[in-house]
This record gives sequence, structure tokens and C-alpha cells, in this order.
Amino acid sequence: MSAHAEPMSRRAWLLNESPASRRQAAWGRRYRLWLDFRRNPLAMAGLCTLVTLGLLTLAAPVVGRYDPAAQDLAYRLAEPSWAHWFGTDELGRDVLARVLYGGRITLGMVVAVVLLVAPIGLVIGIVAGYFGGFADRVLMRVTDVFLAFPRLILALAFVAAIQPGITSAIAAIALTAWPPYARLARAETLTIRNTDFIAAVRLTGASPWRIILRHVAPLCLPSLIVRVTLDMSSIILTVAALGFLGMGARPPSPEWGAMIATARRFILTQWWVPLVPGLAIFVTSLAFNLLGDGLRDVLDPKQR
Amino acid sequence: MTTADMIDIRDLRVRFGTVEAVKGVSFAVARGASFGVVGESGSGKSTVLRALSGLNPAWTGHMEIAGQTLTRQRSRDFYRRVQMVFQDPYGSLHPRQTVDRALSEPLVVHGIGDIEARIVRGLAEVALPPTIRFRYPHQLSGGQRQRVAIARALMAEPEVLLLDEPTSALDVSVQAEVLNLLSDIQARRGLTYVMVSHNLAVVAHLCAMVGVMQGGEMVEMISADDLRAGRTKHPHTTELRTLSTELEEA
Repeated sequence: MSAHAEPMSRRAWLLNESPASRRQAAWGRRYRLWLDFRRNPLAMAGLCTLVTLGLLTLAAPVVGRYDPAAQDLAYRLAEPSWAHWFGTDELGRDVLARVLYGGRITLGMVVAVVLLVAPIGLVIGIVAGYFGGFADRVLMRVTDVFLAFPRLILALAFVAAIQPGITSAIAAIALTAWPPYARLARAETLTIRNTDFIAAVRLTGASPWRIILRHVAPLCLPSLIVRVTLDMSSIILTVAALGFLGMGARPPSPEWGAMIATARRFILTQWWVPLVPGLAIFVTSLAFNLLGDGLRDVLDPKQR
Repeated sequence: MTTADMIDIRDLRVRFGTVEAVKGVSFAVARGASFGVVGESGSGKSTVLRALSGLNPAWTGHMEIAGQTLTRQRSRDFYRRVQMVFQDPYGSLHPRQTVDRALSEPLVVHGIGDIEARIVRGLAEVALPPTIRFRYPHQLSGGQRQRVAIARALMAEPEVLLLDEPTSALDVSVQAEVLNLLSDIQARRGLTYVMVSHNLAVVAHLCAMVGVMQGGEMVEMISADDLRAGRTKHPHTTELRTLSTELEEA
């Protein structure tokens, strides 16, 4: 087979209507979803933005050129110039470098929150929905308690109770962010558990946990992924808000919210200092929202 | 009851809240025989089947399979012995699982080895081409899906197959194919069938004995021959029979 024919044959392999293995069938399904997704320009813009942002923060030592903690007091609050593309802050630190390194902290916190929250919400929701009865009532009342508080205030209280810092901020946001996912997973499970295909699985004699993990959870995942992606922006804002209020990352860590907080004294005169982290928050949130919308169209066509 | 009976149900009652959906139904099915249950929608015929299969735990009465009394909690052994085919082939297959996965699931749960060969054989038994093995349900036709559902029910080599209107969601031409497939499988494996349907012709095609249900009660038990010949005793049976012959003539 010639080298030219190789990509065509891979495409044909993926789109084959009679796959020869489970792996081929699964990848074929994913590839079709990807083809659907690719047709949505806004969602692709969101995805590209996020990938670019992710790569930039990873490449911060190269792109940023400066040490984010290196102070140069002679160059305090310098305007944007060739030496400092986005100027310097009140201690003469390069704003661009700080925003890039700050991306690691902010995005890292967001990812950590999501990795903690999504599985917890999923398990609680599915268990409540599948077993119903007493388990359902207990789990959902606990969920209601958490839902009753405004997210930021509850997170603030948690952080203040433990101690300000990145880890406690992650824990606090995670504690306040799981209830909507539990609600969502429960609602999905309620519609799934009475279907004939779950009845058929029950008739194989499979244990409830096997049914939950292998048959119910995979069907709850798409809507959960969509919801998580759409919630990313609000998690970013919560992370930034905690940082702004001094309850997240501690100085001199360059967290986006904390950067804006320290710049608020000279927000009108040296506008570039808060502008760049603000833009970073805005662009990232928007990109996550666009991505989430696109994912919803692909993964969850019925909810459009 | 004789010892040859595979299924023995006595005074089965099922409640949904304050409504008694099944009001004391009794019947027995000999090993290797077929028993049909007919009735209009809401007559409780599917409820009988779901109670027997263990999907509906809110029942009272006495049920035996192969001489073993059934409790509300069924053992894994029970699920090897009794399997069910559902009415709607569009709803009875997991939308995100390939045919292969659907067929291997019972084997994995029961720890039956030799999965590869059994799946190939299972597909052949219901006359499905091996090419559909790794397809998702949405890539199959209704008749193919129902065949997959039948193959899945047969995977763990049951002795009893409960059929809940297995053909009513299918085209007429496909209905006949599936019915013939079911009677072939029964002849080959010596299975015991309980089939629920609102269609007298379908039931009489497959089952020697037919029970007629109305309002949660079994009002008449009649042999398929008597039914065809019109030797009905209960007015509801007569009515159902007249309706179905009128439909056929129309």
C-alpha cells in the first residue's frame, strides 16, 4: 500500500459500517462524534483557544521570558513596551510572565476541582437515582443543604475555616460544586433505570454495582461532561474570586484573581496590570462556554 | 401439578399502589411446552410476566420454576434458567453497547468461558450475519435488533424464555420470521415458553395452550385448536376472537 493511501484507509477503517472489533466500533463512534463537532466553528474556536492557552502556560518559561517572581523596582508599573509586552506590576515583575505562570495555577486549580467534583457528583447522583427510597432521600437532602448556600460564600467560609491557600481553595470549591452534578446524574439515572435494556441487564443476574458502573454511568457521562464544561467558566470565576479576596493562592503566587486584587489600587492609572489577567479570565471562560455548547450539540442532541 | 411442569403459578396477585393489576392468576406450563397469555392492554398480562421474571417484586402468591419456589430475591441460578425477550427492540438494547458487548454480558456475569465461540454461535443461531457483531443498535433494523435480543436471552442457555409481545413492534413480514425463528429454537433446545401478546393469531401460532386475561383475571384457558375452531366459553374470548378474525378479513 502506498504512503498516500494510508490516511484514506484509516478514515475508511474508522467509518466502516461493519467493524471487526470492539475497538474499531468504539473508535468509529468517537470519530463520527468528532466529525460532527468539527462542523461547529464556534466550538472549534473554543477548543483551539483552550489548547493554545494550555500550551502557552506549559511553555511559560520560554514564552514568558522573565521569572514571574523576579522584582525590578526600578521598573515599577512600567507601560507596555518591547522589553515588557504587557508592562510590569507594582514590584516591577513582568505581567505577561505572571499571567502565563498564573495560568498554571488557575487552570490547574480548575482541573483539580473538576477531577474531584465530577466523579463524586456522578456516583452520588447515580446511587440516589438507581436505588431510590431511603438512599435517595438521604443523599438528595444532603445535596439540597449544599445547594441552599451561594457557592462563593460557602467556599469562603470553608477556606476561612481551614486556612487560605491553593489546596484549601480547591477543596472548598469542590465541596460547593458537586451538588448540581449529583442532581443531573440522578435525573438521568431515573429515566435510564426503568428502560428495558437495564431490565435486560438485571435479568442477567448482574450485581447492582456492575449495572451502575458498566451500564448506567456511561449513559450519564455525556450530559455530565457537557455540564462540567459549561461550568468551567464559573469555576474559573470562583477560583479568581477567592484569589481576589485573598483566600486562594498566596502572594507571590501569580494567580489571576489575586493579580487583579493587588492591582485594584491603581486600576485606573496603570490599567494594563489588571487588564491582562482579566482578559485571560474572560477568554478562558468564554472558550470553555463555546466548547461546552459544541459538546452539548454533539453528545446530547436531544437537549438542544 | 405434575412433576413434569416447568412453571407453576398459583393465585398470583400484583399490586401497584391501591390498584390490583393481577387478581389471583394460576396456570402451569409443562416442560418444553408453550403457554400464551392474551388480553387487551391493561389486562395485566405483561405484569404476570414481569412478576415471574423478578422485575416486579410487589407480588404475592406462589410461583415455582422447575419445582423450586420463587422468592422476591432471585438467585443467579434463576437468571441462568429464565430469560426474557422484551416487546420493543428499540428500547431493549443498550444504545452505547455493540451487539458483541450485549451478547458477552450474560457470559461474563455467569462466568461462562469460551465467549468468542459462543457469540459467533449465538449470532448464527438467530440467523444474523457475523458482520453485525460489532455494530451499535442504531445501525440495525428492528428485526435484527429483536434477533439480537433473542440471542442475548439464549446466551446463558436458559430453560424458560419469557416473551413479552416479541413481535408487536415489528413489520408484519418480519413478525413471521421472528415467530418461525422462535419455534425453531424451541424445537431445537426444548425450551419452555410463556408468551404474552394481544394478537390471538401470533399466540395461537406458537402456543398450544392459551390463557385469556381480562381486568387482571384469567377468564379462560383454552387450547389453540379450540380457539381456532371457535369453541370458546367465555364471552371475552369470543369477543377477542371475533375482533381478530375481522381484522384478518379486513
